[in-house]
Amino acid sequence: MYDWLTEHKIPLGIWLRDFVDLLTTHGQSVFDFISLVLGGLIGGFTAALLWVPPLLLIAIFALVAWLVHRSVGLVVFILGALLLVTNLGYWQATMETLSLVFCATFVCVVVGVPIGIAAAHRPWLYTGIRPILDLMQTIPTFVYLIPTLVLFGLGAVPGLISTVIFSIPAPIRLTHLGISSVPPALYEAGKAFGATKTQLLFKVELPHALPTIMAGITQCIMLSLSMVVIAALVGADGLGKPVVRALNSVNIAMGFEAGLAIVVLAIVLDRVCKRPERRSRKG
Amino acid sequence: MSAVEFRNIDIVFGADQKGALRLIDEGRTRDEILKATGAVLGAAGVSLSIERGEICVLMGLSGSGKSTILRAINRLNEVARGAVLVEHKGAMIDVARCDEATLRDIRMNTVSMVFQQFGLLPWRTVRDNVGFGLELRGTPAAERRRIVDEKLAMVGLTNWAEKYTNELSGGMQQRVGLARAFATDADILLMDEPFSALDPLIRDKLQDELLDLQRRIHKTIVFVSHDLDEALKLGNKIAIMEGGRIVQAGTAEDILLRPANAYVAEFVKHMNPLNVLRGTAVMRPAASLPRQGDQVVLDKSGRVKVTVDAQGRPIALDLDGRVGRLATADGEAGRIDDRLAFEADCIVAPVDLKLRAAIELKRHTDLPILLVDNLGCLAGLCDDDEIYRGLLRRLDG
Ligand SMILES: Nc1ncnc2c1ncn2[C@@H]1O[C@H](COP(=O)(O)OP(=O)(O)OP(=O)(O)O)[C@@H](O)[C@H]1O
Ligand SMILES: [Mg+2]
Repeated sequence: MYDWLTEHKIPLGIWLRDFVDLLTTHGQSVFDFISLVLGGLIGGFTAALLWVPPLLLIAIFALVAWLVHRSVGLVVFILGALLLVTNLGYWQATMETLSLVFCATFVCVVVGVPIGIAAAHRPWLYTGIRPILDLMQTIPTFVYLIPTLVLFGLGAVPGLISTVIFSIPAPIRLTHLGISSVPPALYEAGKAFGATKTQLLFKVELPHALPTIMAGITQCIMLSLSMVVIAALVGADGLGKPVVRALNSVNIAMGFEAGLAIVVLAIVLDRVCKRPERRSRKG
Repeated sequence: MSAVEFRNIDIVFGADQKGALRLIDEGRTRDEILKATGAVLGAAGVSLSIERGEICVLMGLSGSGKSTILRAINRLNEVARGAVLVEHKGAMIDVARCDEATLRDIRMNTVSMVFQQFGLLPWRTVRDNVGFGLELRGTPAAERRRIVDEKLAMVGLTNWAEKYTNELSGGMQQRVGLARAFATDADILLMDEPFSALDPLIRDKLQDELLDLQRRIHKTIVFVSHDLDEALKLGNKIAIMEGGRIVQAGTAEDILLRPANAYVAEFVKHMNPLNVLRGTAVMRPAASLPRQGDQVVLDKSGRVKVTVDAQGRPIALDLDGRVGRLATADGEAGRIDDRLAFEADCIVAPVDLKLRAAIELKRHTDLPILLVDNLGCLAGLCDDDEIYRGLLRRLDG
């Protein structure tokens, strides 16, 4: 019995490989196109960030943080953190990572929020995609790293795709949560005054769900950041690169510094993304 | 002309509409229908017509279907059978069957709604909440602002325009709800227990404000309440519901004097008759008073007589040969000039004089009251005897 079981192996892996082969032979142009667009997006964004002189950009970040949060402590912290990163010599890598994180989040929002809305409106759809979302978050990253590598080649794009796969469940779930928790009374108020479906979406559902969706986006940013090292494995530039290199050469000093830069960036992003306290508003 | 008319509507919540309708036709109760089909009977065989400019109060115990039929007027509830006619741009439209575009038009322009839990959007300021309906309708910003300011002034919230709704007390929030409903200038207002979530003092105040507004703007108001005093205070017409059916509809006095069944009688038992009953309910009709030619005898001894003209209008008073004076009291509240009353020997008042007002008049002047109809013809006599007997009859049931 046992022998029979092991001898008649179901060729699951082979099937998937064949499927990927099929995609590469017949859909290559599609993947090339996606690759081109996403590569352009990241490349452009990185170039823009690096074009600005570092000290000026740091000042701009601090200014934006001040305008949004009005907190002296936060501004001081951001200045210190970014100057430290620059001092360590990781300015360029930090900007590359920032670019990857932002592009991944951008894709996640553009794709994830509409999916979340659609799922909130159609319970069957949510039932359908929930296991897929669970899968995307639990399956070891390396497993889908290989097919993305095959489909998109080496570089920033497979890094981005893997990051998106890992982080997109957060905005989908939280958008779904936000929209489906709109109180029926508010829907009725909208309908009673003649709101169309679109008006209901933009004037009732989205405003109500906005805080939850924002939380989803913040989560998405943090999840994306946690993928930088993995992305570096498939050739994406950024702070992951020195970490991987340090790992390969057992370079404690370099590993520590690069790791510190990642942590610092994570804290900065987290603090900046936190919703500012709304004045005198409960709930 | 009626502004809203229910024509024999049935409302069923649940999948098995057909089965439920069949059981309704067999005259089954809500519980039987629920057991047999799993569908909840919302309303059955409801027919009611609400006149333009009227405040119609839907009353009944919790779960009797008041909200259900109210919400059929703007199709927040679907009607399984029957028609809900709403006067929209001069025509009677069947809301239950009109197309989406018409429905939207009706919701934007003809029917607006005030909710029990206010239904305000917490992320909007008071101003933007009031302007919500106008915004959906696509009213330009400048005009919207003008209208909103006007309505905010109307409900006394001008200084609160830029606040968020959760910074307001419940009473103020409901004023925002009222202003939002008034802003679209709809002719028909639906109010589902708008004041129930408020404490009694505020409730009383808002009721007064609503009546005051109604005197100025003459909307058709359909008002749900389970508070008898509120219904009596506001309603021109009261419809009493039980188990999804209307058991009686009419004026407060109608319902008080002629309750259709034990449920209604129970309902009105604690009602204060003084505010509801009118002169007609207690008076001795003119036809039953003894006559001598063109004179009607008012007292037992036959010494006080009133002379009426050919149409039956009282023109002179005869106090045992002496000429008496008549003084006129106005309106259902029986307002009268003090000096006139002092010099008069008999009061002439309209036949719809409230019983409370009749007693006040009696106490104030100690004169007999002649009731005349709206053409001025003698309708009846209302003196101590009549008032006492009328009250006793009520109290005895
Ligand atoms: N959307 C719905 N789905 C299912 N059943 C409903 C729905 N709305 C109302 N019902 C049922 O219809 C019946 C009448 O409800 P309705 O809300 O009209 O009562 P009501 O007279 O307004 O009572 P209350 O004074 O408590 O508001 C109730 O038995 C209720 O359970
Ligand atoms: Mg109700």
